[in-house]
Amino acid sequence: MARYLLHRFGQALLVVWLAYTLIFLAVQLLPSDPVTIFLTSDSAVDQAAIDTMKAQYGYDQPLLLQYLSQLGALLQGDVGYSLTSGEAVTERIGGAIGSTLALAASALAAAVVIALAVVAAATLAPSPVLRRALANLPPLFSAVPVFWLGLVLLELLSIRLGVLSLFPDGSFLSLAVPVLVLAVHVSAPMAQVLLKSVEQVYRQPFIDVLRAKGASPVWIFCRHALQNAAGPALSILGITVGTLFAGSVITETVFARAGLGSVVLQAVTTQDVPLVQGLVLLTATVFVAVNLLVDLLHPLLDPRILKDARQGSAPALAS
Amino acid sequence: MTSLLPPASAAGGALASGPTDLSAAPARRRRPGFRPALVLTLLPVLLIAAWALFPGLFTGQDPISGIPQEKFQAPTAGHWFGTDHLGRDVFARVVHGTSQTFLTAGLAVLIGLAAGTLIGVLAATGGRAADAVSMRLVDVLLAVPGFLIALIIVTASAPGPVSLGLGVGIAAIASFARVVRAEVLRVRNLEFVEAAFLTGGTYWTVLRRHLLPNAAGPVLSLVAVDLGAAILVVSSLGFLGFGAPPPEPEWGLLIAEGRQYLGTAWWMTTLPGLVIVATVVLLAAVGRQLLTSFRF
Repeated sequence: MARYLLHRFGQALLVVWLAYTLIFLAVQLLPSDPVTIFLTSDSAVDQAAIDTMKAQYGYDQPLLLQYLSQLGALLQGDVGYSLTSGEAVTERIGGAIGSTLALAASALAAAVVIALAVVAAATLAPSPVLRRALANLPPLFSAVPVFWLGLVLLELLSIRLGVLSLFPDGSFLSLAVPVLVLAVHVSAPMAQVLLKSVEQVYRQPFIDVLRAKGASPVWIFCRHALQNAAGPALSILGITVGTLFAGSVITETVFARAGLGSVVLQAVTTQDVPLVQGLVLLTATVFVAVNLLVDLLHPLLDPRILKDARQGSAPALAS
Repeated sequence: MTSLLPPASAAGGALASGPTDLSAAPARRRRPGFRPALVLTLLPVLLIAAWALFPGLFTGQDPISGIPQEKFQAPTAGHWFGTDHLGRDVFARVVHGTSQTFLTAGLAVLIGLAAGTLIGVLAATGGRAADAVSMRLVDVLLAVPGFLIALIIVTASAPGPVSLGLGVGIAAIASFARVVRAEVLRVRNLEFVEAAFLTGGTYWTVLRRHLLPNAAGPVLSLVAVDLGAAILVVSSLGFLGFGAPPPEPEWGLLIAEGRQYLGTAWWMTTLPGLVIVATVVLLAAVGRQLLTSFRF
């Protein structure tokens, strides 16, 4: 067990480090250094100003030295300074992340509920026609653009019915609607995977045995099918991080909410490279951490995995 | 050679190119194209693809310059999707915007397919070290959300369809690499591949004639699904303003323009969005159909 943990943890660290290094290299592919791009994007500036700012941010150093000093600073928790505001990147992100985390966490919880409800309904509905129709919901959900669903709901709820303000005012609905919009999008892949894996469980003989013993369909679904099908659905949770991130940025824009979304868009439009680097580092770390957690939770759900790992073949990451 | 083939053709030679390879069991050869359900889902997709190629055939109205007197008209027989704030026909703008959206998404899928196939084949056939290195690379690509990768590429170069397609494409590499690797690994251990090597096949001929054709089904299905996903990302980024510049009609941009007139003209956002939803749903359905028709 300790060896498995160590192996997975090392792999996770490696991925974060590689992501950071790749972004560092990608920045070097820019036509010139971040400061010059940033300063010359709007007006003519004199070379002296560029040089002082370059020296301030360390972009005048040789490449390897830049990389090593950035990495060293990173290990001490210093991600660098934003070019637009001069604030530390950690402060800039830290100031905005709270409301995004609240949105993403509530949406994730709501998405799990939606996915479970859809799968339960699609499995337990009395008529086959209804079951098929419900099974087609997740592909439909995943095809609905977040920004469009948000706008349509805004149009309907604020302009037609007048129950929702166009800008966040702290009311229940102004939080619930963005959460719902994001949750519908995030629930789609979960429901798809869970439904497929529930269907596989239902093809196994032990379900027939349960039926023969007289267990009710609801009991079979909740007590047996769901538990056995949870593994693959848990894996998809790891991939959801990216969907949640992109969805949050768009949802925040549509509903004019403050948060990471505006930081991301501002960082990109002003070509604030250190800030973008910080954001990449953040999302990569969250992704890797969530996947690590999922991998560690897997053996609790399905003890066979740990047995396989002990026999030498490490389980693949969310395959 | 034919004596070695029966298990091979049973395992699936639907796509194998050489006619001599399959002459042993022609009756088992499947024809994926004849599925009515596939044709039924493919037809509307082809219609939308035709919008991209020949927009003039489907609408006579000008997508760029409108008639100011006719602004903000609700959908009618004359203007199916109504008109916008400049009196332009929204349906004409959707039809003319198809090429922009499809080209960007298509470029993305092409990049993902090409690079993903290369990495996947390398991982599956290049030995343990190559496998480990390429799969860690894929992990890294997965760890950074595709949306953010696209944004970074747009940061580095100027916003526009090419940089957008490139960014979305790089983000798509990971899923293609995984599917190709899994498929090639599956086929590689089948007996007929061993037979092909034993009868004097080199790495390249076996790869070209046996491994890639037999791995193509799920990959093709992913192409359809991923095109839909790419259209979603491209239109999302277009909505945020990182795609084609304003006069150009692009699906996401159309909705972004409609956003300012949410109260006066619901059709400017709702109807183009429905076209996006329909396109992505249909592409996903085509992908599922392809997957089942190629399943052996």
